[in-house]
Amino acid sequence: MSNHQTTDVDIPEAGDRGGIGMAVGDYFSRVKGGDVGSLPAVLGLVVLFLLFTALKPDTFFSFFNFANLLNQSAAIIVLAMGLVFVLLLGEIDLSAGFTAGTAAAVLAVALSNWGLAWPLALLVGLLTGTVIGLFIGSLVARLGIPSFVVTLAMFLALQGVMLLIIGEGGTIRLRSDVLLAIMNQNMPLWAGWLMWALVIGGYLLVSWRAIAGRRKAGLRSTATSVWIAKALSLAVLLGVLVFVLNQQRQIVRPGKESCPSVGEAPVGCIPVIEGVPWAVLVVLVLVVGLTFVLGRTPFGRHVYAVGGNAEASRRAGINVKMIKIYCFMIGSTLAAVAGVLLASRDNSVSPTTGGAQTLLFAVGAAVIGGTSLFGGKGKVMDAVVGGLVIAVIANGLPLITQQSGIQFVVTGFVLLVAAGVDAISRKRASAT
Amino acid sequence: MTADSPILELKGINKSFGAVHVLHDVDLTVMPGQVTALVGDNGAGKSTLIKGIAGIYSFDSGDYFFEGKRAQVHDPKDANALGIEVVYQDLALCDNLDVVHNMFLGREETKAGTLDEIDMEKRATDTLKGLSVRTLKSVRQQVSSLSGGQRQTVAIARAVLWNSKMVILDEPTAALGVAQTEQVLNLVRRLADNGLGVILISHNMNDVMQVADSVACLYLGQMAAQVQISEVDHSSIVELITMGRSGDIGIQLDDAMTGDVA
Repeated sequence: MSNHQTTDVDIPEAGDRGGIGMAVGDYFSRVKGGDVGSLPAVLGLVVLFLLFTALKPDTFFSFFNFANLLNQSAAIIVLAMGLVFVLLLGEIDLSAGFTAGTAAAVLAVALSNWGLAWPLALLVGLLTGTVIGLFIGSLVARLGIPSFVVTLAMFLALQGVMLLIIGEGGTIRLRSDVLLAIMNQNMPLWAGWLMWALVIGGYLLVSWRAIAGRRKAGLRSTATSVWIAKALSLAVLLGVLVFVLNQQRQIVRPGKESCPSVGEAPVGCIPVIEGVPWAVLVVLVLVVGLTFVLGRTPFGRHVYAVGGNAEASRRAGINVKMIKIYCFMIGSTLAAVAGVLLASRDNSVSPTTGGAQTLLFAVGAAVIGGTSLFGGKGKVMDAVVGGLVIAVIANGLPLITQQSGIQFVVTGFVLLVAAGVDAISRKRASAT
Repeated sequence: MTADSPILELKGINKSFGAVHVLHDVDLTVMPGQVTALVGDNGAGKSTLIKGIAGIYSFDSGDYFFEGKRAQVHDPKDANALGIEVVYQDLALCDNLDVVHNMFLGREETKAGTLDEIDMEKRATDTLKGLSVRTLKSVRQQVSSLSGGQRQTVAIARAVLWNSKMVILDEPTAALGVAQTEQVLNLVRRLADNGLGVILISHNMNDVMQVADSVACLYLGQMAAQVQISEVDHSSIVELITMGRSGDIGIQLDDAMTGDVA
């Protein structure tokens, strides 16, 4: 960008960056320079939300549907988080959907056929994903087979594995109240607010320590006003979320009475549904943990480096092959987590678990969120924002039209637009 | 160690790739605090020589002395351990990372397992200041937003960040405009003034004449001559490059003909 090309300016001396105005200005100049990040996805999310609300104020814009939406998006988001690691390398994992299904099948079999306790069965299920990732990663990194081909093959093979585990046409019930609760139960109201307090408190603490450390070292740091503004918006956003989810959202038909949330329920009443779904907590923990891994550890830095320039990384002494293998392992393990969520939502595992559009939705979520298909650019948060966009479309469209043809076309089109934005912003960035 | 003793001394280096004998009994001396230009036409063996010095290839025979001591360099890590850093022509920077991240790539500073961004940023800034680099807006700029000269600066700064003793620069000005070439040459000069041994590979005789203290010329895999820059002029370097000799310096005609030249 021409107004950023300074050729004879000192490295600025220490001191804080200007206030909020400057932070906003910086952000806009980054966007103009091609670094759009999650902006299109956030805008898209707002537009879609308003659109569906305007068209279907009763059904789309309700407490019940809001929680439903988050539950629908959870598995896609987790799957997309795993894909972010793979996409950051410039690779692809087409088999992630069936990795999820296979892991869920193993989990269900471990629970019902082997009679394992749920923590052990969960571990076995997740390890199934890890092993699949190790296998894919080794083929890609050590043998040099393109990931597209390896994972396309696994896409087919894992479908077969699922059929062999489950049996043709069968379904296996998920026999674990704890695992079923993830997608079907809600946190107590106080736990929702505790989660809110912990997140906001943690954010304040961590970000303030970073700012204070930089100031002490005499480096430029975020202005206090920007820090407060960021923390406030996070607190408000998350607060609204918890508040809305803590409302009673059971749709009470006329003539029926709703049960009290505590005490004995009278017969024939409709039970109260309120509280933050447990799935939200699962997603939150993963977002925080994985963001830390990508942003604050040498491993995360090396993932970006390999995605940006593998040859440069190799010369810098980074073990490129191991980084690739680890990323596929992480991706497939997260796919296994998504499989657990899918199984929990359906109460069972069938040969279609993780099939159909699951994978394409997840890839779409990552790309719509702002993760580049060309590698080197992306964040864990992208998966969340993109996953919500996908979920809003998948949730809102059927309220408008029952024709699944239109739903497919629209979703496909949104993915194309996201990939187009990615390609254009990449061109812009390289042109400056 | 005094400034009079060479930091790097190669004697009788030979290297073949299969039947192709690329380097014949090559000698090279690099003094600390000096820029040694390595010139030669395409295929003369410059790349092979520096890759051998950097440990990417092993020499078949010959002696490799670093700071007066015989050194075994068979791996890039061996060279790094000695204090030798190479800035390759294609720079090997990650566009998607910022200046600090690139300078510490693969050797990140950590504190309790997490990246110590503050320490890295300070050291990167200090190194750039030590080289009097005034061309970067911020060390937190992404490399993709830098100009060619700025990228070269980052690559060179990365090479000196590690208390290196010798830096090898492979055509650092090849893709640069006039002003940026000037900046990079000044930087090369400052490296030597800071006491490092510098090997500068270049096809540009103006650069060589401007910045080098001595010039070593490879001709078809032989060291035609290594002379002080004051002893030669522009045209005699060109003669050394194209014919292997210039007047009474360089390879005498009968020598040049007898070598089994590839």
